Amino acid sequence: MRKIWLIAAALTLVAPGNIAFAADDAAAVKTEDGKYFDKEGNPTYKVGADGTVDWYTYSGYRRYHSECHVCHGPDGMGSTYAPALQESLKTMSYGDFVSVVASGRKSGNSVMPALGDNPNVACYMDDLYVYLRARAHDAVGRVRPAKKEDKPEAYTETEKSCMGSK
Amino acid sequence: MRKVLSAACLGAMATFVVGVAYANEELIKMSQNPKDWVQPAGDYANTRYSKLNQINASNVGKLQVAWTFSTGVLRGHEGGPLVIGNMMYVHTPFPNKVYALDLSQDNKIVWKYEPKQDPNVIPVMCCDTVNRGVAYGDGKIFLHQADTTLVALDAKTGKVEWTTKNGDPAKGETGTSSPLVVKDKVLIGISGGEFGVHCHVTAYDLKSGKQVWRAYSEGPDDMIKVDPVKTTELGKPVGKDSSLKTWQGDQWKIGGGCTWGWLSYDPSLNLVYYGSGNPSTWNPKQRPGDNKWSMTIFARNADDGMAKWVYQMTPHDEWDYDGVNEMILTDQPFNGQPRKLLTHFDRNGLAYTMDRESGELLVAEKYDPKVNWTTGVDMNKNSPTYGRPKVVDQYSTDKAGEDVNVKGICPAALGTKDQQPAAYSPDTQLFYVPTNHVCMDYEPFKVSYTAGQPYVGATLSMYPPQGESHMGNFIAWDNKGKIVWSNKEPFSVWSGALATAGGVVFYGTLEGYFKAVDAKTGKELYKFKTPSGIIGNVNTYEQGGRQYVAVLSGVGGWAGIGLAAGLTDPTAGLGAVGGYAALSNYTALGGTLTVFALPQ
Repeated sequence: MRKIWLIAAALTLVAPGNIAFAADDAAAVKTEDGKYFDKEGNPTYKVGADGTVDWYTYSGYRRYHSECHVCHGPDGMGSTYAPALQESLKTMSYGDFVSVVASGRKSGNSVMPALGDNPNVACYMDDLYVYLRARAHDAVGRVRPAKKEDKPEAYTETEKSCMGSK
Repeated sequence: MRKVLSAACLGAMATFVVGVAYANEELIKMSQNPKDWVQPAGDYANTRYSKLNQINASNVGKLQVAWTFSTGVLRGHEGGPLVIGNMMYVHTPFPNKVYALDLSQDNKIVWKYEPKQDPNVIPVMCCDTVNRGVAYGDGKIFLHQADTTLVALDAKTGKVEWTTKNGDPAKGETGTSSPLVVKDKVLIGISGGEFGVHCHVTAYDLKSGKQVWRAYSEGPDDMIKVDPVKTTELGKPVGKDSSLKTWQGDQWKIGGGCTWGWLSYDPSLNLVYYGSGNPSTWNPKQRPGDNKWSMTIFARNADDGMAKWVYQMTPHDEWDYDGVNEMILTDQPFNGQPRKLLTHFDRNGLAYTMDRESGELLVAEKYDPKVNWTTGVDMNKNSPTYGRPKVVDQYSTDKAGEDVNVKGICPAALGTKDQQPAAYSPDTQLFYVPTNHVCMDYEPFKVSYTAGQPYVGATLSMYPPQGESHMGNFIAWDNKGKIVWSNKEPFSVWSGALATAGGVVFYGTLEGYFKAVDAKTGKELYKFKTPSGIIGNVNTYEQGGRQYVAVLSGVGGWAGIGLAAGLTDPTAGLGAVGGYAALSNYTALGGTLTVFALPQ
């Protein structure tokens, strides 16, 4: 699992358009199997006029509040312990995000663990990114998304194989 | 092999202890001297009560800060210092420094200990790098470091006498709790319920650090030190394989049941008491069965660890209601009879009063009226569900199943009370309890286990009970089942309480207030804003004829994580965000000991 993610991280790092920039254009220009992409080809969120969110944003909300919030606080708001990802994602690129989550990061007594081996995180990397990107752009609020698009069939298949469930 | 070994150990022990004065004889004597504070909870019974009365209800309003001490560490400061003669021992969160201060010499630092620990242990500590304090015994200070190293330091010099490894952080095993010295042993639990750790309480030899016994929370009878015939639950033998039968396959091996709370001890019964935590994962669907003996009160023989009785409070946990909170041992009349009682304020919102000798259940009542997941415990001794809580279907996350968000469950996973210890005053016969007043939505889903990685399996959001905006109460409880008084607090009360013979009760708040209230009425008599939010425990001591009250401030812990940004009300919809106070608007990080006294 770890190897897969390291390669994925490396690939995205060399891909064009993954450099952090302040005016992050998160607008969805393309969709494929219920997943939305920005003009650079990075995963992004889609919030409909009635507040309906794409499946990845919703799934990311759930996974975040299981795997991440015990350090990073509710709704990406940060805590006394770890930074507010709602802020971090304003400047952090997709490639950097995937790389830090998969391989971890250390700065003195502030330590982000390597989660690339953890299927509960690694299989939902894009979900987490899309949710937090939506939080960074204030596209979804501090509440559970009320309406969501259906779980895409292709997503179910990928999830099953990644999580290794029968 | 195991049997042979333990028999050999017992033999060796028996010859070793002949003619040796037990450490607890020394400790009992020292804890009877109210000028000292020799144990984290003040005494073996975990009452957190002091006979000192120089500071009393009529003069506490004049309290002043006598001196302060910066620990030099950020992060959450739980626990509190020990005081032995003219020495004070102050501990910190990771990197787990210990300072020895000389109170007779202007609180000068006599020695300082700072272990070298791999910082990779930091992210496997689920809820901040807290530590709940050191223990004393046999001239040594015992510290359970984050990386599970148990170290014995010479109390006079700080020199390391021995170290031993209690667990493996690579598997998610960490150290946060305070040790307990009993007889010729030092006992310690282990943390890691959110990492699928197979948790235990372990006894080490006081002199050498050699392991004497280890009792797991789940597994085969020999591993959990339960005798199918002699160990009882509510008066009945537990029977063979009492734990194994309640798990599917090998799930008990990653079953949690962690032991990160406080230990207490009754020397006359020679029994050690503690509670075990949640079964791993938080997704109840993934682990069918009662998941014994997670969520259980244990009474174990201090010499060999064998369980005399057990009581599982929350079979098949569906809400993360860890059973680790302290057991307070009191001798009180009950229904006209003098009884040896055990009182326990569980995360699940029920306060239990038990006979600590027999394990008989006497009282199980809600200590926050908002508790709604249960209608109460079946108290009918002839019922097949005797002793079990009746679960309300609407709030059962197991009944709802995976991928369903169950709304409005009270209390939240924080519990009506977490580890912050309550106090008991024999003068008022009341318990003073710091509580949380928070509810939650809980959605379980499937997770997969990887050693050393989080193993959670549920999404939670927390908020105050509907129609209310305060998130904590500080209450007085009589252990027959009644709230005597209750003070509202804007945030969860995450500090340990202190009761004194002066008729005053002390506690701290998350905004950083140190408060004194009248033990009889709860009336606020004094408050002072310390440099940071308080999640430490208040204690008291006397030095040079003067009574002092001390508390560590330094916000953090689970409270700091959950409440720093403020809670939201999911029922209010978009736009109501920020409707509740955010802790970060009141306080910031930083560890300080603040010590109070009356003006001279």
